[in-house]
Amino acid sequence: MRGFAILLGFGLAGVLLHDVLHVPLPGNVLGLLLFLGALFGKVVKLEWVEESANLLTGHLLLFFIPYVIGAAALIPLLGANAVSIVVGVVGSTFAVLWVTGTVAKKTAPKNKKEEQDDRLSA
Amino acid sequence: MIVFLHDPLFGLTLTVGAYAIARGIHSRIRWLHPILSSSAIILIVLALLRFPIAEFQGEVGLLTTLLGPATVALGVPIYKHRRLIRERVASVLISVLAGSVTGICSAGALVLLTRGSHEVLLSILPKSVSSPIGIEISRSLGGTPELSVMFSVVTGVLGGVLGPAFLYRSGLRDPVSFGLAMGSAAHGFGTARSLQESETAGSFSALAMGLSGITTSLLFIPLYFWLG
Repeated sequence: MRGFAILLGFGLAGVLLHDVLHVPLPGNVLGLLLFLGALFGKVVKLEWVEESANLLTGHLLLFFIPYVIGAAALIPLLGANAVSIVVGVVGSTFAVLWVTGTVAKKTAPKNKKEEQDDRLSA
Repeated sequence: MIVFLHDPLFGLTLTVGAYAIARGIHSRIRWLHPILSSSAIILIVLALLRFPIAEFQGEVGLLTTLLGPATVALGVPIYKHRRLIRERVASVLISVLAGSVTGICSAGALVLLTRGSHEVLLSILPKSVSSPIGIEISRSLGGTPELSVMFSVVTGVLGGVLGPAFLYRSGLRDPVSFGLAMGSAAHGFGTARSLQESETAGSFSALAMGLSGITTSLLFIPLYFWLG
């Protein structure tokens, strides 16, 4: 529960930072930045939070379900703009996937890195 | 109407139950993404009960609240892969920036080409970033926040479900390129999917998600003046 409390606390701190300072980033991303700062600064030890974090990130999709249901409810209301929306969303999603992936691959440092990736992901 | 349906436990049980069933189905039918099957189960149950979606969303507020600490938790895979990330820092920044620019320009161009309304145009521009950032940007631009949430969710589902097959076909299989592409294009949905692929892919996806949120927010600052 300690890990869970720490993650909740950083989430709250992010929301607070967003509300007080009006930083143009959502509270949860600010919370992530603060949390990373705490991990790198050794304020928070990895072993305190690892188990709780794995539980939450392992079920990340669960937390998106309410948004999907809300989005599905809006689909019948699109009307005349439906074609434009479908083309825009589909086209641009694949464009971003391809451009980001290709640029990442082309700019990757070349020296035995592939080998290292395989080892780390195993 | 039956009283227990109006207890938040109904919405939570339905959602967590549908999610558990969807995972079970996914272990047998690999191509059926759990986000699709779980949402379908919930929508069918709500339709059969004639249960208002707005009330359902109120009941599952706990889950949307927990998305905050779940996003914070992505710091763990990022921190664990800090050495690999440091080696690739230039590549990460360049690719995420390229992805953010592509997301804004391609969405805008496609909507203009297909003669979408001005409202759709303003709401679709921030669609690659996760909905909380998209809402803020859309509101500042004069778009419709509800539409922006929907676009960013549909983008996430699309990227999360079809992205991996597309990236594999395009020869982008190494976990770093894969994760960066998924996180930039499909924010949290892409990151959830990348974590299933490997922890390395997941950590780069989480990193790309956070960075593209930051770069996209920054890229929009000049747009406010231009479109405003």
